[in-house]
Amino acid sequence: MRTLQVAQGVAWRTLHNVVTNPSLLLPSLIFPLFFFTAFAGGLSRISDVPGFDYPYGYTAFQFVFVLLQSAVFGGVFTGFGIARDFENGFARRLLLAAPNRLGIVLGYALAATGRWLITASFLTVIAFAVGMRVGGNGVDLFGLYTLALLMNGAAVLWSAGVAMRLRTMQAGPIMQLPVFLVLFFAPVYVPLALLQGWIHSVATVNPVTRVLESARGFLAGQPTEVGLAYGTGLALVLFFSIWAVRGLRSAERAG
Amino acid sequence: MSAFADQVYLLGRRSVVRTVRQPANVVGPLIFPMLLLAVNSGGLKAETQLPGFPTNSFIAFALAVPFIQGALFATMNTGTDLARDIQTGFLNRLSLTPMRGIALLCGQLGGVVVLTIAQVAVYLTVGYIVGVRLQSGLAGLVVIVLFAILVGLGFGALGAFAALRTGSGEAVQSLFPVFFVFLFISSMNIPRNLIAVSWFRDAATANPVSYLLEAVRSLIIIGWDGQALAYGFGIAAAIAAVALALASWALRVRMAR
Repeated sequence: MRTLQVAQGVAWRTLHNVVTNPSLLLPSLIFPLFFFTAFAGGLSRISDVPGFDYPYGYTAFQFVFVLLQSAVFGGVFTGFGIARDFENGFARRLLLAAPNRLGIVLGYALAATGRWLITASFLTVIAFAVGMRVGGNGVDLFGLYTLALLMNGAAVLWSAGVAMRLRTMQAGPIMQLPVFLVLFFAPVYVPLALLQGWIHSVATVNPVTRVLESARGFLAGQPTEVGLAYGTGLALVLFFSIWAVRGLRSAERAG
Repeated sequence: MSAFADQVYLLGRRSVVRTVRQPANVVGPLIFPMLLLAVNSGGLKAETQLPGFPTNSFIAFALAVPFIQGALFATMNTGTDLARDIQTGFLNRLSLTPMRGIALLCGQLGGVVVLTIAQVAVYLTVGYIVGVRLQSGLAGLVVIVLFAILVGLGFGALGAFAALRTGSGEAVQSLFPVFFVFLFISSMNIPRNLIAVSWFRDAATANPVSYLLEAVRSLIIIGWDGQALAYGFGIAAAIAAVALALASWALRVRMAR
């Protein structure tokens, strides 16, 4: 019970900070929209490449990637906030005050979810407004957004682990760069079958590829590799939960 | 050596040493554009199958992008360093000396030029290793270096202007997304004539960054394209002239004794 109370307090404060501070809120809304525009608008001719077989067009194809990207970066941006809390001393006071410190990690994770739901709603409205076609029904779309939510959870737990170990804003690139690479080493622009050479080999073993392909299947109403994608998402959340809790213990030891 | 040249040399050396001592300032402009090149050239290789695509090597097509991205990093580095000089009071102390204000700007931009040359060397070497050969030959290489220096100067001066006007490193850093928008809404990933969405094609056509990219790209994949080079050099020179004028004016205001 006390864990949930701590989590609720941390989540409310973090979300309040984000929603009332335009310099935190606007980038998380504008960046995904910008990538969606640049990819879906600028590269739409790629759907004419022989072998490109996604049935609902390039806008829908890119929407799924940008949705997952926004989920992941929503988690990473929350990690920046954790690092900032350590730099300005708030997190140390929080560690002293919280009756159950696991609630701190849970609170940040809930805040990341809330933050991403705002972004996802905005992005979805824009995508439908520009005429995105969707083949999936309500259950399929629920599957798509739940997968994205798992990625959001994995990303915030990864970033929390880094932030709690290093406790400085300078850890930002360490949180961001691996995530950026893992995302972009997936089939971002074309389906996996159209990738050639080393990038195809890397994308094939990249766990994000399974999630991305499955999410695109959900949007098209042709679910594929669902068990593998959800298994990957849950495994990432579990692994990074351990990573984040160990980070918390590291912060406790540092005082 | 005249006093002015002496001042420029000392401040230029300081700028270079300061950059080299901050690994993030060196590694960022070198590694990040190469990572993006690797990711995009792998992911977008299929684009070369589109009818009308100008080359069958996407990496050759995309090699122009790091040059402009590197210039964006130069903007940020110059601006952030200068803003730090303002925030720490270095500029105020400097204004008590007989140093001419313009020497500070020249010195700072001298540092940008050195970093730009290092960047170009790395980008072209990586390109050569992965099999890209300049269609314009050795003379094209010289033109690319000169062009990169001009672009680096222009963007560096823009960073200096932002720093001198705002006096804040954070404000300079916040410009990065704006420049990034210019880069992405351009012919960065696809030739303008192959962009299907008309508003995007129009935006890319109106975007000066497209012409900077196309000038470098023409030297790599076409050879000698007078029109692309004229547009590229014309726009780069205009940006440099305007940015230098703005930075000089902002420096005079900032260093008013």
